[in-house]
Amino acid sequence: MNAVYILWLRQFKRYIRSPARLVASLAQPMMFLIALGFGLGSIFARAGQGSYIQFLVPGIVAMSIIFSSIFSGMEMLWDRQFGFLKETLVAPVPRFAIMLGRVAGGATTAMIQGAIVLVISLAFGFRPNNWLVVPEALAVMLLISLLFSAFGMVVGSKMTDMQAFPLIMNFIVMPLFFLSGAMFPLRGLPKAMLVVATADPLSYGVDALRQLLIGTSHFGLPLDIAVLSGLTLALLFLGSYFFSRMEV
Amino acid sequence: MSAIIDVRNLTKTFGAFAAVKDVSFEVEAGGIFAFLGPNGAGKSTTIKMLTTVLRPTSGTIRIDGFDPVTQSHQVRRSFGIVFQDPSLDDMLTARENMDFHGVLYDISRAARRERIEQLLNFVELWDRRNSLVRDFSGGMKRRLEIARGLMHHPKIIFLDEPTLGLDPQTRNHMWQYLQELNAKNGTTVFFTTHYMEEAERIARRIAVIDRGTIIASGSADELKTQTKTESLEDAFLTLTGHSIREEEGTNLDRMRRIRGMMR
Repeated sequence: MNAVYILWLRQFKRYIRSPARLVASLAQPMMFLIALGFGLGSIFARAGQGSYIQFLVPGIVAMSIIFSSIFSGMEMLWDRQFGFLKETLVAPVPRFAIMLGRVAGGATTAMIQGAIVLVISLAFGFRPNNWLVVPEALAVMLLISLLFSAFGMVVGSKMTDMQAFPLIMNFIVMPLFFLSGAMFPLRGLPKAMLVVATADPLSYGVDALRQLLIGTSHFGLPLDIAVLSGLTLALLFLGSYFFSRMEV
Repeated sequence: MSAIIDVRNLTKTFGAFAAVKDVSFEVEAGGIFAFLGPNGAGKSTTIKMLTTVLRPTSGTIRIDGFDPVTQSHQVRRSFGIVFQDPSLDDMLTARENMDFHGVLYDISRAARRERIEQLLNFVELWDRRNSLVRDFSGGMKRRLEIARGLMHHPKIIFLDEPTLGLDPQTRNHMWQYLQELNAKNGTTVFFTTHYMEEAERIARRIAVIDRGTIIASGSADELKTQTKTESLEDAFLTLTGHSIREEEGTNLDRMRRIRGMMR
């Protein structure tokens, strides 16, 4: 348990010591909020869907979480290249504990990023339906962060150099985001696209956040939570298996 | 004497290239063992297999009676290691790197505090304990790495070219510390080095590996007698020849550039 804590602490310290990374990672969600939120807002309203900013913010929060989570998984590649990975791999610590510590660290930073985006979105006119559910929304954000940090670790533990990073971003992370319903309602989608969105785990994260923050949902909160937690657990076990097979 | 490290017919191939070929040797418990060889001879590959981070292609290894492949956790409990290349977190301070290690190896808070102060003083980094490792010079990082490796007291300690880039003061300090640990706790010391006088002075047993095969082993005196030479350095050169070996580069430099661009 101490090992999990110190692994978490290490990642948290690295995060707060790189303010440049923090600022840089906020640029993208801001861009989406401005360009999409204001750019498509009037069309969305004319289609009778209400305020697009209200609809979009949960999606953008989820976006900043998934990007930040995946990035923390990629940190494993730095650790490999700069040698620090060896220090953890030879330590007499169960691989599940290493996985848990790293995922907890990545998830904490991702959740903070998401929370910052949520606060910034207030300046864009976003208001949750009910302020009392904000803690619950934060809990869901943590769950999404855990899921995608675990996913990032799984991917990171299978990669040996940075060449594959753009590949992961363009062929996994971007599709996960764009097909998740973060930017559009799932209702009324072409059948094929709905199938894809239903298979995309991020859809459930976005959906849960929308249910809590603005009171609309496609899948329903219980299903959202079940899918997110089930996948997180599965990925944690898969990740610790990959960790135990890892070589330097 | 029983063997705490027992290696039989160990082979590791990377594609068509055999880095380690049918290597067998033993290290007795409480011994000080030097593993010598030119660059690219297979020293680090062997150490990686002994320390659970690389799986052998064939052959068996026993570390304190355990198999690194199937009983990796027990093996990891029995050794400590100072790596050849850097393994510090440069975004943490010297003290935080030490503390991280101490927690992973389950050292109590009080013992951690005491040993961190003692060892950082020992490598003369106590004044810089709260500086980020990023700001350290190469020599300082090396010293910190040594201090960290000595922090817990395992049954076996592996040191892969530990003295590379160290000044004579630190080097002497370090060997003194290790010899004390060896005498007091019976810690087995397994090291590689390119300094032959160091191996001659410190090691009680020596094995020479070249091109993935062990070509000689014994005490320094035995190796000298065997090759009819006056010093271990001459014995080493007689055994391994005078040509200079090339080692494959890593892509670390390229990574550094990429990271620089992303920041």
